[in-house]
Amino acid sequence: MTGLGFILYQLRRNPLSIIGITIILIFIVIAIFAPVIAPPPEGHINHYMIPRYGYSPTPKPPDAEHRFGTTQGQYDIFYGVIWGTRSAFYVGLVVIGSVLVIGIVLGSLAGYFGGIVDEVIMRITDIFLAFPPLILAMAITVALGPSLNSVILALIIVSWPVYTRLVRGDILSVREEDYVEATRGIGSSHARIILRHILPNSIYPTLVMASLDIGAVVLSAAALSFLGLGAPEGYADWGQMIQFARNWIVGLPGNPFAYWYTVTIPGLFILFFVLGWNLLGDAFRDILDPRLGKR
Amino acid sequence: MELRTYIIRRLVLLIPVLFGVTLLIFGLLQLFDPVERAALYVKDVRQFSEVGAIIERYGLDQPVWIQYGNWINEIFHGNFGWSKVVAMPVLDAIVNFLPATLELAIFATPLIIFGGIFLGSKAAAHKDRTVDHATRVGAIIGWSLPTFWLGLILLMVFYGFFRGFLPPERLSTDVSILVHSDVFTRYTRMNVIDAILNGNGRVLGDALRHLILPVITLTVVNLAFIMRLMRSSMLESLGRGYILTARAKGLDENSVVNKHARRNALIPVLTVSGYIFAAIVNGVVITETIFNYKGLGWWAWQSAINLDVPSILAFALFNGVLFVLTNLVVDLLYARIDPRVRLGAQVT
Repeated sequence: MTGLGFILYQLRRNPLSIIGITIILIFIVIAIFAPVIAPPPEGHINHYMIPRYGYSPTPKPPDAEHRFGTTQGQYDIFYGVIWGTRSAFYVGLVVIGSVLVIGIVLGSLAGYFGGIVDEVIMRITDIFLAFPPLILAMAITVALGPSLNSVILALIIVSWPVYTRLVRGDILSVREEDYVEATRGIGSSHARIILRHILPNSIYPTLVMASLDIGAVVLSAAALSFLGLGAPEGYADWGQMIQFARNWIVGLPGNPFAYWYTVTIPGLFILFFVLGWNLLGDAFRDILDPRLGKR
Repeated sequence: MELRTYIIRRLVLLIPVLFGVTLLIFGLLQLFDPVERAALYVKDVRQFSEVGAIIERYGLDQPVWIQYGNWINEIFHGNFGWSKVVAMPVLDAIVNFLPATLELAIFATPLIIFGGIFLGSKAAAHKDRTVDHATRVGAIIGWSLPTFWLGLILLMVFYGFFRGFLPPERLSTDVSILVHSDVFTRYTRMNVIDAILNGNGRVLGDALRHLILPVITLTVVNLAFIMRLMRSSMLESLGRGYILTARAKGLDENSVVNKHARRNALIPVLTVSGYIFAAIVNGVVITETIFNYKGLGWWAWQSAINLDVPSILAFALFNGVLFVLTNLVVDLLYARIDPRVRLGAQVT
């Protein structure tokens, strides 16, 4: 078992993981201090709706008042990307948290009890895994009616089977260990064996890797938003802001990049957010992979 | 186990999964009201005036299991409903849009697989040197890139800045008129192949020009994934005893890397090709949406934003079946390439 101290030591040694951690910390600060960085205008009721400054469809370039300019429909880009950070964390944390809970419960049941329970749960995961995830998520969001919560629910529905299988595999690897047998021998209940003895000894690597999937989840959510299946119009959401920018990628005659800010800025926010998590995930994968550790 | 027995056994095992797939799709369907569901049974635009009669006839207000039976029955008779966004039956729409998507996949898939394998093994063979670090950073960034954003940026540069050099859509207007005229025979409906068959250089050039950006967009993210996988698998392979043996007997480094190490390292890459298929299908929806490239993905997107239930469900069902079959083929290939795998040993 790799100790926490060792992991921290390895992380510090790896410059890429340091960059990853820094990026994530910056985003956490942005999310927490969103009301300070981009204060909502007076009388703005729902802070997650981007304030509009007029109704003209043509984007306006950055100036003193709108630091990143305004996008189609005069939504303030700066406000949108800052508050969009909160939406991103919200989606990522809710989805990952939910699939981990589902995965741990169903995965433990399947792995520990085996037999018919295992068979039923695994066949159900087979069915969900029989679809390309984004396609199934699209169908689900359409069925539920496009909204941010539909996106979250759809992503939970398409990703729980993966985590259930991972947890099941972890459980299987320690189920027959001597200490489990010993606990069973002294008459512990199934719940106690699973919660106190099996889970703590098997699922930490999975937990760590799963929590770093937040980046991937946010990327999928942004893709669904971009396709027009996500949050309502004007909600602070990166994917939707890129959708707004779609019509403005070709600039004016003589100035081809006239509207560069509409597409570039929200895109960079998504890219860096995902990159932060992926850098950290990559470092963890190297540390936790015993085959690569000794070289 | 003999190959034929194995295939038959796998095909039999597919039945419960496919049954589950239809159940899942049907379950999603129950979230809609009967009028929307009636669209599934419409074969013709005129029938929309008789929605009440359709609800009656297919028992859309009946218990769920009866509805399921009716629905499956229609599917087996080839009626997947009416796609309102393109105003044709869903099955016709799939047949109509499939060639465009296939064309995209035919160009992107080899690039993803061979490019990923090549770069990944290069990185592993030069571990911790410049090539390795460069590909590693490239792969992580590529893997984090939002596909839709990459596509838009590419369009901004190559369509906006370079004055329509690499445009969106499938063909330019004038070439499109030519393709649909009598002088041009559309054998496969894949423009590049048809252009070659017709010996028409102008159409070929135009079709390729329209394909470059979508293919790049589709390739980058998935290439990064294969590259990373190939690198770690190759590193593991290079550390094995048979590599030491090969080097000890004086083989030159190229043979060691290309023959002994790479062939063994390919196995994990093969196992994820089913996943790659899914990733390409996912990517196709987004890529075709960005470039207004009218293929299956574009149609699925149009159906999704117009809440066209029959189309989106048929698309999901179509992909589900295709995905399951792909995984079967992958398993067969796997057993063929790796003699250590015995057919049927892992089937549960």
